[in-house]
Amino acid sequence: MSDETTTGLSHRKLLMWVFLGSDCMFFASLIGTYLIYKGSGVLHPGPADVFDIPTTSVSTFVLLMSSMSMVFAYAYLVRDDIKAFRIWMFSTMIMGSTFLGFQVFEFSEFYFHDDLSPQTNLFGTTFYALTGTHGLHVTIGVIWLGIIFYSSLFRNTVTSKTNLDLDLAALYWHFVDIVWIVIFAVVYLFGTFTGFPSS
Amino acid sequence: MTTIPFKLPFNIKLYRPVSPTGVWGWLTTVDHKKIGVLYGVTAFIMFLTGGIEAMLIRTQLIAPELKIIAPEVYNQLFTMHATTMIFLAIMPLSAAFFNFIIPLQIGARDVAFPRLNAFSYWAFLAGALIMKSSWFLGGSPNAGWFGYAPITSATFNPGNGIDFWIIGLQVLGVASLAASFNFIVTIINMRAPGMTMMRLPLFTWMTFITAILLILAFPVITVALIELMLDRTFDFNFFNTKAGANPILWQHLFWIFGHPEVYILILPAMGIVSEVLPTFSRKPIFGYPAMVLAASFIAFMGWLVWSHHMFTTGLGPIANSVFTLTTMLIAVPTGVKMFNWLGTMWGGDIDFKTPTLFCVGFMSMFLIGGISGVMHSFSASDYQQQDTYFIVAHIHYVLFGGSIFGIFAGIYYWFPKITGRMYDEKLGKLNFWIMFIGQNLTFFPMHWVGMQGMPRRIFTYDSGMGWAFWNGFETIAAYAIAFGVLIFVINMIKSWNGGKKAGDDPWDGRTLEWSIPSPPPVYNFRDIPIVKSLDDFWRTKQNSSNSDTKVKSKTKVTDIHLPQPSYWPLLVAVGLTIAGFGIIYNLLFTGIGIGIMLITVCAWSFEPVNEPDSH
Amino acid sequence: MFNTIKKFLPILLSLLFVIACGGYDGPQSTFDTHGPVAKEQADLFYLILWAGMVVLVAVELAIIYIYIKYRRKKNSARVPSQTHGNTKLEIMWTILPVIFLAIVSVPVLSAIWTIGTLPKNPDVVVNVHGHQYWFEFKYQDLDVVTANELHIPVGKKILINLYSNNVLHSFWIPKIAGKTDIIPNQGNYMWIQGDDVGMYYGQCAEFCGESHALMRFRVIVDTDEDFRAWISHQKSEAFVPNDPLEKSGYDIFMSSKAGCGGCHMINGSKKAKGKIGPNLTHFGSRQHMAAGILENNQVNLRNWIRNPDMIKPGNIMSGQAAVYMDPNKSLTESEVIALASYLQSLK
Repeated sequence: MSDETTTGLSHRKLLMWVFLGSDCMFFASLIGTYLIYKGSGVLHPGPADVFDIPTTSVSTFVLLMSSMSMVFAYAYLVRDDIKAFRIWMFSTMIMGSTFLGFQVFEFSEFYFHDDLSPQTNLFGTTFYALTGTHGLHVTIGVIWLGIIFYSSLFRNTVTSKTNLDLDLAALYWHFVDIVWIVIFAVVYLFGTFTGFPSS
Repeated sequence: MTTIPFKLPFNIKLYRPVSPTGVWGWLTTVDHKKIGVLYGVTAFIMFLTGGIEAMLIRTQLIAPELKIIAPEVYNQLFTMHATTMIFLAIMPLSAAFFNFIIPLQIGARDVAFPRLNAFSYWAFLAGALIMKSSWFLGGSPNAGWFGYAPITSATFNPGNGIDFWIIGLQVLGVASLAASFNFIVTIINMRAPGMTMMRLPLFTWMTFITAILLILAFPVITVALIELMLDRTFDFNFFNTKAGANPILWQHLFWIFGHPEVYILILPAMGIVSEVLPTFSRKPIFGYPAMVLAASFIAFMGWLVWSHHMFTTGLGPIANSVFTLTTMLIAVPTGVKMFNWLGTMWGGDIDFKTPTLFCVGFMSMFLIGGISGVMHSFSASDYQQQDTYFIVAHIHYVLFGGSIFGIFAGIYYWFPKITGRMYDEKLGKLNFWIMFIGQNLTFFPMHWVGMQGMPRRIFTYDSGMGWAFWNGFETIAAYAIAFGVLIFVINMIKSWNGGKKAGDDPWDGRTLEWSIPSPPPVYNFRDIPIVKSLDDFWRTKQNSSNSDTKVKSKTKVTDIHLPQPSYWPLLVAVGLTIAGFGIIYNLLFTGIGIGIMLITVCAWSFEPVNEPDSH
Repeated sequence: MFNTIKKFLPILLSLLFVIACGGYDGPQSTFDTHGPVAKEQADLFYLILWAGMVVLVAVELAIIYIYIKYRRKKNSARVPSQTHGNTKLEIMWTILPVIFLAIVSVPVLSAIWTIGTLPKNPDVVVNVHGHQYWFEFKYQDLDVVTANELHIPVGKKILINLYSNNVLHSFWIPKIAGKTDIIPNQGNYMWIQGDDVGMYYGQCAEFCGESHALMRFRVIVDTDEDFRAWISHQKSEAFVPNDPLEKSGYDIFMSSKAGCGGCHMINGSKKAKGKIGPNLTHFGSRQHMAAGILENNQVNLRNWIRNPDMIKPGNIMSGQAAVYMDPNKSLTESEVIALASYLQSLK
């Protein structure tokens, strides 16, 4: 929908912001559930037993950098530097996938090595639900970026004139990144460094 | 039907429909007016099914110790009755008006996302079918419409019923979210030139506030339902008391959603009353800014009162005191609205036609419901009222006497605009009086019976309790309500095609929808109006000395580009339904359903616009 | 004129109807209070009831007045003055309700704290366990366990602790105190006090399953003396009966075929040590059975033993006891009669 809109903002851009507001409440409920159950039920395996903060810090850094990469991709698209756009777009996808790879690695470590499954205790349940949901959001983001990348590479339909699609994807991507920062702080850091019941 | 092919990968050829008619026309429509009618008819049928469920409940309670309905079935009946009325009747009936009326009131040709709009209807239909099919597929949910843990867990509820409830609600949630996103963007971004937010008709304002409440509240119940589903299907521990879970988590999540939800249920009806009363009193709404402010305050405060549903759960005196105070406070803006409606009528020249009667009925009954609400807000005495028929009385005064009466006012008010014909006024008045008297006779005694100690959700009661007489009375009165609804159905059927022709503006209305023909042409406004004030249509009528002068239209009808039909919204909804049934029965279907959704959503986003000269 | 009367009539009838709604008080009436908690709650209710009535009558009268004065006369084309509002009036009717509510909040908050503050030295402590579909009462410190009939001494403060290992329930004796929910993993508590000797009705007030409607109990407020006598009697063990019919019932009860002892406790017996079902040591002395839904007599008891699911669908005994699950083990009619006779002998 082009033409004049009452605010000047495109409908889709407004929609994305409204959607992200809604998604905030979604993650807030999951984070709330996690916090309410923190320290309850069977305490081991608990956060201090399974978390490997150095490794997770690396994956967090990678995801943060993917946001930066996304900013570059958008900046180059708006300037019609399609080659540079494609490079940075690809790098965003790689970094997003790397983050997902780290998540898969982490989950398997917890599951096979530490005997922590969603069924084990309240920590397992709330941890996997929260981070799994976030991982699902990242996966959808990577697929979306993949579709845009494919459209650019094989159909050449992504230009500065059609930058709205990337603008929306970038907004979503940054949101998912910010949610991860909250999760990293509240679940990983808060879980291991405050000495909150860990033994 | 001429079509334009477009290219998908792998050289698949698919066509976008162009101006289809008949059934295919309805299945692919993206016209907000048609979607409104679809919502309205479907929701009304659901309302009737919920009514039947109610009649069965009341029949079982007509006398003590009856064995007409077995306890397990009874528990399913009250669960389905409430779930149906709230999610399948009141909300989509309101949505029917959001769809039909909002673009007309803001001077737009359609909503911001017409295909998303169609999708929200098909998803609603899917959710309704999932929910109601439970009756035929082995048993309906039986744990009440708020499904408290842990009785909803697989341990205590091994059958499929609760799964139907979870999936049905999730699909309905998707539908509601999609619709609300649409209306928020539409109301912010598609207003006619000159229509500032403070010149919006109050029905549009209430819709806007309702939609904002909805997009923030539904994610919370979505999470609660996901957690319950993970527990039931995959043995997670969210509500597993053996793992140390506290069932109160469910109650908190549910009511953080649930309280805003009741404002979602009442604000649209209040919006309708705020349209009908000024029109039939020939005066503007009294205190327009206060009405907007009051509704906004209600919406804001609605987030701060949720634990008044949990007063008896042992939160402690501090929490109980806080929530008592916030709940008492929320009565104030509600009272302001009541006084403003009185102020609107005061000094007016009031035509007590059927819409007006329903509004006045709304006011007098919502008042009673509001007063009993203040009674509940005192947590100390709520310890006696909670979980009794006193609450059931309150619920029905605000939802039936309130929301439903408001919706009926809207149906009668906008009937001429939607159908182009007048309803039968005598039948309308008869419908009102029977429903009004029936509602009061059915639900007023419940206040008394509740205070006499009758708990809710009980399939029978003893004869020595002092409840038998009033229960019998309530049941007979309930049958009267059903009769009143029957009168309404007869009126609708009789008048839809056979009523007197209505003309553009049968009520001498104040808002833009009355400035266009009835029923409106597909493009709504030939010329997008330029708005100079609140109640702009009234202003132009009052200012023009010669009412026959019609401004020569500047726009050629053939130049108006409308959103084009599409079948992808329907297909995405089909994928969603399959995925949903998969969670209940076999996860393979969930995979298939998600796959279908991925493909159809992609196809939707790549669907091109047909060439302009093809219609 | 006639039209006016026609419009007034419904209102008059409604008023009469409203008045008629008041009637006599039943056994679970919240108006017939017999304890300080219920009284405080009823007083609070009356406060808001009268205030609410005033508001209700005022607004309804306003609506009637508006109808009479401002309804459109036939074919009137009058366009009334287009008043948009009245700021002074609007501010006033916003502020006045706030003031009213602020005033009312004082007794409300006071009641919340009175009811919510536990007595420091309760006279009796009872741990209430909610089951599907019956109430278990364990008198802490007094070493008494019973079911469905709670005895308390008159005029004394009783602390109630609420537990469940299954679903939600709610403990409610309307004439003595408002309810508190029973929530697994969250030890709720409340205090009650019965000021008049007598028997009071209680009922579970949180939906708990198929037979939620049939989960009731009784509270018997005794004099101090009677209460102490009851306690010491409850502590006593059951005898092996002499009467032949009762003795054969005893034998069936303790047999491994019937297996009653696996779920039910009979103090003093060797084979009945179960803690899943109600303690039946003094079953015969209870006035009601099956959680307050039937009078405790031979006919009802036999019906219950014969087929509990007919009386209380979904009850756990029907779903677990071998005599109901296994057709080869079901009780014969003479066994039913003997058992009923034995149980009623357990005074």
